[in-house]
Amino acid sequence: MQTKNIMIVGVGGQGTLLTSRILGGIMRQAGYEVKMSEVHGMAQRGGSVVTFVRYGDTVNEPIVEEGQADVLIAFERLEALRYAHFLKEDGVLIVNDQRIDPMPVVMGKAEYPGNIIEDLSAKSRVIAIDAMSEAKKLGNPKVFNVIVLGLAAKHMDFTEEEWLKVIEDTVKPQFVEINKKAFAVGFAS
Amino acid sequence: MEDKKVMMLGNEAIARGAYEAGVKVSAAYPGTPSTEISENLVQYKDSLYCEWSPNEKVAMEVAIGASISGVRAMASMKHVGVNVAADPLYTVSYIGATGGLVLVAADDPGLYSSQNEQDSRMVARAAQVPVLEPSDSQEAKDFMKFAFDLSEKYDTPVILRTTTRLAHSQGPVTLCERTQIPDKPYERNVVKNVMMPGNAKVRHLAVEDREKRLIADSCDFPVNRVEMHDTKIGVITSGIPYQYVREALPDASVLKLGLVNPLPRRMIEEFAAKVDTLYVVEELDPLIETQVRSWGIRATGKEIFTVQGEYSANMLRKAILHEELNLRAPAEVPNRPPILCPGCPHRSVYSVLNRLKIHAAGDIGCYTLGAVPPLSVIDTTVCMGSSISTLHGMEKAKGKAYIKDWVAVIGDSTFMHTGINSLINMVYNQGTGTVMILDNSTTGMTGHQDHAATGKTLQGDIVLAINIMELCKSLGIRNVEEVNAFDTEKLAEVIKREVAKDEVSVIITKSPCVLLGKTPVTKRCAVDPIKCKMCGACLRPGCPAITKGRDGISMINDTMCNGCGLCQQLCKFGAITDVPV
Repeated sequence: MQTKNIMIVGVGGQGTLLTSRILGGIMRQAGYEVKMSEVHGMAQRGGSVVTFVRYGDTVNEPIVEEGQADVLIAFERLEALRYAHFLKEDGVLIVNDQRIDPMPVVMGKAEYPGNIIEDLSAKSRVIAIDAMSEAKKLGNPKVFNVIVLGLAAKHMDFTEEEWLKVIEDTVKPQFVEINKKAFAVGFAS
Repeated sequence: MEDKKVMMLGNEAIARGAYEAGVKVSAAYPGTPSTEISENLVQYKDSLYCEWSPNEKVAMEVAIGASISGVRAMASMKHVGVNVAADPLYTVSYIGATGGLVLVAADDPGLYSSQNEQDSRMVARAAQVPVLEPSDSQEAKDFMKFAFDLSEKYDTPVILRTTTRLAHSQGPVTLCERTQIPDKPYERNVVKNVMMPGNAKVRHLAVEDREKRLIADSCDFPVNRVEMHDTKIGVITSGIPYQYVREALPDASVLKLGLVNPLPRRMIEEFAAKVDTLYVVEELDPLIETQVRSWGIRATGKEIFTVQGEYSANMLRKAILHEELNLRAPAEVPNRPPILCPGCPHRSVYSVLNRLKIHAAGDIGCYTLGAVPPLSVIDTTVCMGSSISTLHGMEKAKGKAYIKDWVAVIGDSTFMHTGINSLINMVYNQGTGTVMILDNSTTGMTGHQDHAATGKTLQGDIVLAINIMELCKSLGIRNVEEVNAFDTEKLAEVIKREVAKDEVSVIITKSPCVLLGKTPVTKRCAVDPIKCKMCGACLRPGCPAITKGRDGISMINDTMCNGCGLCQQLCKFGAITDVPV
């Protein structure tokens, strides 16, 4: 099988690491070779963060390069725009319809771009979700990332049961139930 | 255990390799991208001892002591930590290793979390220490074990060099059992272990001889291998760049070096003779390339590849194959630099310093972010522990009146690392600076590691916490005061009073890192839109939870706010209210 490339982008603190671990887990369970690359340290402090997940029969480099992503999962609109050029022409962009102002915008030194989702949809296949509102309905806004993952999972070749099993294996026991619920919300939407 | 494959970060695999190699003692100071090595090693604490040392020099010396006593030992640190440990490193190269001795040096091409982009291989070459460089998690584990064998066989410390990409990438690793290495009996050997001039002269000769043997033998080391394919293009590479070479040039012949210092000269000469065009692909400095060319071999390297940042397969496709990649241009979007978290006590301290128009000599930690707008308080940052000494230097250059609107800011972990030496110097040499120790009870930036003043060890033992206030007082400093970082009025008053004094002062701002969860979030803040006068005072400290709404009224994001109340203290109109959680 040709190597598949997935990217998860967002703002430090949004839980990209957990999402990539669930993704890596399901690829491993399916018997693929998996490589992932993460960001730790200072860049995590509210900065722009990106995680790469690659799987296939054999995988060399652990990063996804420009023009190579099959699936780009963005936890924030501006970050979707920042990394959209990493998508393949026929790649799919899953975006959480949330705005987090970066410091230059907060300070009035830069404008937060308007119509991001509309503009991106003109060039690529884009699927948007307001996962934060959905997560608040579930009573825990932190699980919005797993809702987004659930939506992205519809574009990969695994059953809901397989995903839920990996969530059980990856997430701390006390958070398994809420994350399974969150995944189901995304998967059903 | 048979062929069990698990996913591991490079750093996890290094820890696993150390465990399997029979390591008995490990010492480290946290630093991105090396921190997770010790954090993973501690799971094997029933079989080995591991510690956070106050700095890398101490860590290196702990490992050296353990090696001399006859057990396998290691130290791990980031590249700039290797500079701190350089003194013992250069000399232990002469002493060698009784029990295997390995230093893991983690470089940061691309500066994800560092103050410079130095190449530790250059340090190793100067210190004449062999360097192994793995290309993935499996090799990280395997090379770690090989490093200990090499160390004992050639009586030398060995450096395992990683980069951020390797350290923080996950890949499959096959686990093995731990090798039981019997402790060697201690033997007094003054000529080898006491490095005074007469002995060191003899040992220097031993080092030169060791290097010659390594150069000859390394052509047969399993970590160096040739992958012969099409001979039009030949590439010498190592580490993570090997993966980019395989990705971009699947048909090229490759000499993959596992040992990058010293170089297997005969192997390189033979490989070069077999290929039409030879490239050397290595991130950062041209360490391999310069030597290869010095032997009269024609090779292309840094004239087409950069010495900065990380490489990629696309970069090689463009530079070597001249491929037009037809990539979409990236969108022009506002930057998103890292920022202090909502509820961070550093923001409160900097908000006060900013208001008082005080400059700060800065240091290394999350609080270095006080240099950037809107806080804009820090004027200088060099290296760990440098804040206090650079402020002292300014005073000696320009006089004590000059630093009346200056302070030094340093975190608790950094103070224990090397800040204490600088404070001793300030006292001894009659400085009058004001030092602010931003004590958040942890090593924050690297993800919450304990240190000598937190009362807990890496292995989880509860120990006596060194009292920073008493430590400062014991130096004879008369002005030492502890203030809550969020009590902005008191803090402003104390800072104004202390900078005016012609004596050393220490102000300890005590408030735990908000991410530690030591102070439970009991409330969040919300803006009363009727009372808000749109003055923007709450926006000034740059809290990411507060934004200006379309109508100009401030808004607080209820999922981000940690309820620290700094914005409430800044609002003159009482427009920010408590929302209980």
